[in-house]
Amino acid sequence: MQEIRNYTINFGPQHPAAHGVLRLVLEMDGETVMRADPHIGLLHRGTEKLAESKPFNQAIGYMDRLDYVSMMCNEHAYVRAIEKLVGIQAPVRAQYIRTMFDEITRILNHLMWIGSNALDLGAMAVFLYAFREREELMDCYEAVSGARMHATYYRPGGVYRDLPDRMPQYKESRWRKGGDLKRMNAWREGSMLDFLEAFCKDFYSKVDEYETLLTDNRIWKQRTVGIGVVTPEQAYAWGMSGPMLRGSGIAWDLRKKQPYAAYANVDFDIPLGTKGDCYDRYLVRVEEMRQSNRIVEQCVKWLRANPGPVMVENFKIAPPSREGMKDDMEALIHHFKLFTEGYCVPAGETYSAVEAPKGEFGIYLISDGANKPFRLKVRAPGFAHLSSMDEIVRGHMLPDVVAMIGTYDVVFGEIDR
Amino acid sequence: MSENLPPTLAQRLNARFGADVVAVTEWRGETTLEVSATSWLSVFQALRDEADFRFEQAIDVCGIDYMGYGQSEWDTTGISSQGFSRGVEGQGPGRFRWSERPQAAPNEKRYAVAVQLLSITHNRRLCVKCYCPDDALPIVPSLTGLFPGANWFEREAFDLYGIVFEGHPDLRRILTDYGFVGHPFRKDFPLIGNVEVRYDSEKQRVIYEPVSIDPRVLVPRVIRDDSRYDQAQAEAAANAAAGK
Repeated sequence: MQEIRNYTINFGPQHPAAHGVLRLVLEMDGETVMRADPHIGLLHRGTEKLAESKPFNQAIGYMDRLDYVSMMCNEHAYVRAIEKLVGIQAPVRAQYIRTMFDEITRILNHLMWIGSNALDLGAMAVFLYAFREREELMDCYEAVSGARMHATYYRPGGVYRDLPDRMPQYKESRWRKGGDLKRMNAWREGSMLDFLEAFCKDFYSKVDEYETLLTDNRIWKQRTVGIGVVTPEQAYAWGMSGPMLRGSGIAWDLRKKQPYAAYANVDFDIPLGTKGDCYDRYLVRVEEMRQSNRIVEQCVKWLRANPGPVMVENFKIAPPSREGMKDDMEALIHHFKLFTEGYCVPAGETYSAVEAPKGEFGIYLISDGANKPFRLKVRAPGFAHLSSMDEIVRGHMLPDVVAMIGTYDVVFGEIDR
Repeated sequence: MSENLPPTLAQRLNARFGADVVAVTEWRGETTLEVSATSWLSVFQALRDEADFRFEQAIDVCGIDYMGYGQSEWDTTGISSQGFSRGVEGQGPGRFRWSERPQAAPNEKRYAVAVQLLSITHNRRLCVKCYCPDDALPIVPSLTGLFPGANWFEREAFDLYGIVFEGHPDLRRILTDYGFVGHPFRKDFPLIGNVEVRYDSEKQRVIYEPVSIDPRVLVPRVIRDDSRYDQAQAEAAANAAAGK
């Protein structure tokens, strides 16, 4: 009789469905997965160790590069940790700006997720539509910080600068001219807030568009309904958070339960799944886009009505203005000290978390009173989620592994750090 | 009045764990419980299962190396005739090679493990911490039996700090390269690393060589113990008063 043995296959690290550099060693019985062993760390850069040798502010830029599709949420966790140790609070306008950009980031992240997850499962078109809207929001990132992705916009004590009065416009070129150019610039005549208002008004219909492509799509449902079921007990045990937890029907969202920034003042709902399968998590994320859009709308309205400072007036932490430096010796000294030495953070330790699009993104920061962190630990949601891979995909078919990687919403910048 | 207030989490932890507790601190609404490595597992069992605590989730397990805690490279009290170079010479954090790495003082209690717990039932967080008794071979019992999600976090702490989690089912390296030597996040591991890797076209394979770059950290490590933050604290107090 022929001996039947399990077969081990290697999946990734160079595989389009591996979302970066995930290497999976799968033990297969026919087409059924018996054991999954994810190998991570192929993108490990030692962010936490690098941060230990740099002044606090110079590590903000590293945060963008962790989860590189939800940049500002990572910064938010980091600056909140510093603010807590130093004992300062950002002005209320900065809190609203942060709330607004956190939600813009959430939409950006979910658009990336819906596009790539659908692409993994064979629906090409969603990706193209999702990137159309991502482009608009990336322009907001660029308008406010000068960078499309790695913004370094949040600073301890507020945000780098106030929102721009003018939204950059497309210039005429061989490809963009005439009526086309006019249509593309239609939202961009006024300030960034005008642009966002127009975007938000329109975005609900765009989410409906994605839903017409997927929600009742027979193939999509065959690939996601009943696949990768995470029970509430498993979700607790594996330290899951964000849509992974809510997809399993646990009503937990840090924005509601432990509100930070201006989340206590805005109105939004938390969508919950019932079965905890990939389809439920899909529905949760789609609804989260609508809710994020609602929050952005409310923030736009508030920001329009309430001008004010966006940074604390404390030159030990925040740099003085350029004009101030020109004729004030004190301001010049403060500027010099801040940018050569940085600021010393009182000794202590804190854990501060934000509800990032993927789940709870936390920063555990230990300071010994120096101008550099003594220890910085990044708690990445994707790391906890991916660790449950073996338990969740056991007994599933090989293509379901791809569906599961998609629904975890893994980004290796944050998992490998 | 004060006796009518319900006991704080710190007080309840003290009452429940008594002799197991090394220290409980409460700071700006965050509670940290320090226990010894011997009572590690029993404390977590109680924290997870007892109705008063019910910490269902181990959010994070973090290894820490306390070597060099509170040391600076820049004297802020005396007056010096030297320039900037006094801050960047020497072998402070990130400024040494593998061969020059600093030696730890014996019995320093370098290594610690900090676990962030979250109670979804009570909407509460707790940080539980323990120092490893032995610097040469830091051992802490593994939490994987209680919180399966601690698995990878403990592998990470093992990989980066060399903390051994007793009872862990699969204590392999996780973030570093296959065949990596050393524990890179230890404070005596050079920031530049010790080997670099490149493709050798003659040998037609990837080869490892000692690092060729020099350690270079631009900003000295400064600890200032002065009144710089009085303004921040005064502002916070003023804000709190205005809020009321």
